[in-house]
Amino acid sequence: MDIVLQQIVNAISLGGIYALLALGLAVIFSIISLINFAHGELMTVAGYGMFFAAAVSLPFPFAVCVAVLFAVIAALLTERLAFRPMRKADATGLLLTSFAVSAILRVIFQNGISARPKPVPLPSGFAGVIDLGVLHVGIVPLLSIVMTALSLASLTLFLNRTTLGKAMRAAAEDFQVLRLMGIKANRVIAVAFAVSGALAGIAAVLWIAQRGSVDPLMGFVPVLKAFVAAVIGGLGSLSGAVAGGFALGILEVLFQAFLPDAALPFRDAFVLGFVILILIWRPDGLIPAPVARRS
Amino acid sequence: MLEVSDLKVKYGEVAAVKGVSLSVPQGSIVVLLGANGAGKSSTLNAIAGLVVSTGSIRFEGAPLSGRPAEDIVKRGIALTPEGRRVFPSLSVADNLHLGGAAHAYGAELKGRVEAELDRFPILRERYHQKAGLLSGGEQQMLAIARSLMAGPRLLLLDEPSLGLAPLIVDKVFDLILDLKSRGLTILLVEQNAERALEIADHGYVLQTGQVVLEGTGAELVRSDLVKQAYLAE
Repeated sequence: MDIVLQQIVNAISLGGIYALLALGLAVIFSIISLINFAHGELMTVAGYGMFFAAAVSLPFPFAVCVAVLFAVIAALLTERLAFRPMRKADATGLLLTSFAVSAILRVIFQNGISARPKPVPLPSGFAGVIDLGVLHVGIVPLLSIVMTALSLASLTLFLNRTTLGKAMRAAAEDFQVLRLMGIKANRVIAVAFAVSGALAGIAAVLWIAQRGSVDPLMGFVPVLKAFVAAVIGGLGSLSGAVAGGFALGILEVLFQAFLPDAALPFRDAFVLGFVILILIWRPDGLIPAPVARRS
Repeated sequence: MLEVSDLKVKYGEVAAVKGVSLSVPQGSIVVLLGANGAGKSSTLNAIAGLVVSTGSIRFEGAPLSGRPAEDIVKRGIALTPEGRRVFPSLSVADNLHLGGAAHAYGAELKGRVEAELDRFPILRERYHQKAGLLSGGEQQMLAIARSLMAGPRLLLLDEPSLGLAPLIVDKVFDLILDLKSRGLTILLVEQNAERALEIADHGYVLQTGQVVLEGTGAELVRSDLVKQAYLAE
C-alpha cells in the first residue's frame, strides 16, 4: 500500500512538471502556431538564474523569483528579436526559427558560462521526508505538487478573470477577430510568451530541485517529454496539455515501478509505445483543441 | 464619410479586388451586391485593415491605407465579419467585454454592455452561456453587439443574414434600420439583394472584383442586371 501511494505521489509530481512545460508550449502554439523548440532553453536560462542568485548568496525563495524572472525576460526577448520579425512566416519557418534560437542560446551557455554542470545549492530541508502516517513523502515531490497546483490555479484565474487572459483565449480561437476589436496582436502575443516563460521558469525550479545542478543541455529532455505530452493531450489545447503532462508522468512512473529489471532500460520505448496506442485511439489527442475556422 | 478609390486586393497571384471605388456618405446605408467571389468581403476586409490593399481609403478625410486593424477600429470603423465568428468557448459576457475592452473601461465599459443588453434582450438571458451554444441568429446579434461595443461611427456588416431563418432575417434588417436612425453609417454586404435594396440609400454591384453598376436602391431594383442576377423574378 505504502509503495503504491509513494508511486502516486511521484507520478503526480513528475506529471506536474511535464504539464507546466506542455502548457507553456500550448499557450504559444494555440495563438501563433509556433512549435517553440527553444522552450527548453528558457528552462536552462532559469536554471542559470538560480545559479547566479546562489553565487551572490541570495536566499532560496529569492533565487526562485530570479529564475522565473530570467525565463520570462528570455521568453520576451526571443519573441521580440526572433519570432516577431518572422510573424508572417509559415509554421515551418517559425519552427526553424525556434531551432535557431535554441541552438544560439545553447552555444551562448556553453561558451559564455560552461559546458559542465554548475551546482545549484538547495536548502538542506529539501532532502527531508514528511511522515503522514502510512505515507512517507519527500519534501521535493510534495513542494513540486503544491507549486504545480498553485501555478495551474493562478493561470486558470488569469485566463478566466482578467481581460488579458480572456483576450488570450479569444486569440487562440480567432486572432483576426480579436484584432478587429482593437486589441493589439503584439501585446497579446507578448503576454503569451511571458506566461510561457514563467511556466518554463517554475518547471525549471522543480526540475533542479531534484538534481541540484544546471548545464547547457538541461532543458532538452524535459521539453522533449513535454512535446510528447502536448501531443497526447491535443496540440494547442490548454487543458489537453495538462492532461497529457499528467498522463505521461503517470505512464513513466508506472513503467518504472512495474517493469521487470531486465526491461527497465527500455522504459521510454514502452512509454512511447503506449503513447502510440493512445494516439491510435484518439488521433487528435485526449482533449483536442477547437479546430480553427480560418488561418 | 468613407471614400474608397481604386482599391486593389491580391491574394498571392489572384486578384480579388481590381480597382473598386465607392463612397459612403454620413448617415446612409450603402450596400455591396455581387456573387460569391466578386470581391465584396475582400473590400470590407481591406477597409477594416485585415488584408493588405493598394489604392486609397479615406475615412473622415484621413487616409487609412496600410494601417493595422487595431488602429482602424479605434478611428471609428467596426467590422462584423462574415460567419459571425463569435469566440465560441467564451461566454456572451466575455465576448461583449472584449469588444469594448480596447475602447472603454470601468463604468464606461459596463454602461456600454448594458446598452447592448437593452438593445438585444436575448443576450441578457444568455449572458453567462458560452457563445458557441447560441443559435445562429443569437450569434449574429452577439457579433453585431460586440462590434458596437467599440462605439463605431461606421459599421461594416458582412452577410449578416446568411443562413438565418426568415423571421430572424427580418429582425436583422429592422436592426440595421434602427442603427441608421440612431446616426450610425452602415456599409452592408448582402446576398439577400431584395431585402438589402429595400433599406439601402445607395448600392454597388460587384463582378469579379470590379464595380459594374451603381445607383440608389430604387434604381438598382429596377435595373435589368440586378433583376436577372440577384432577384428571383
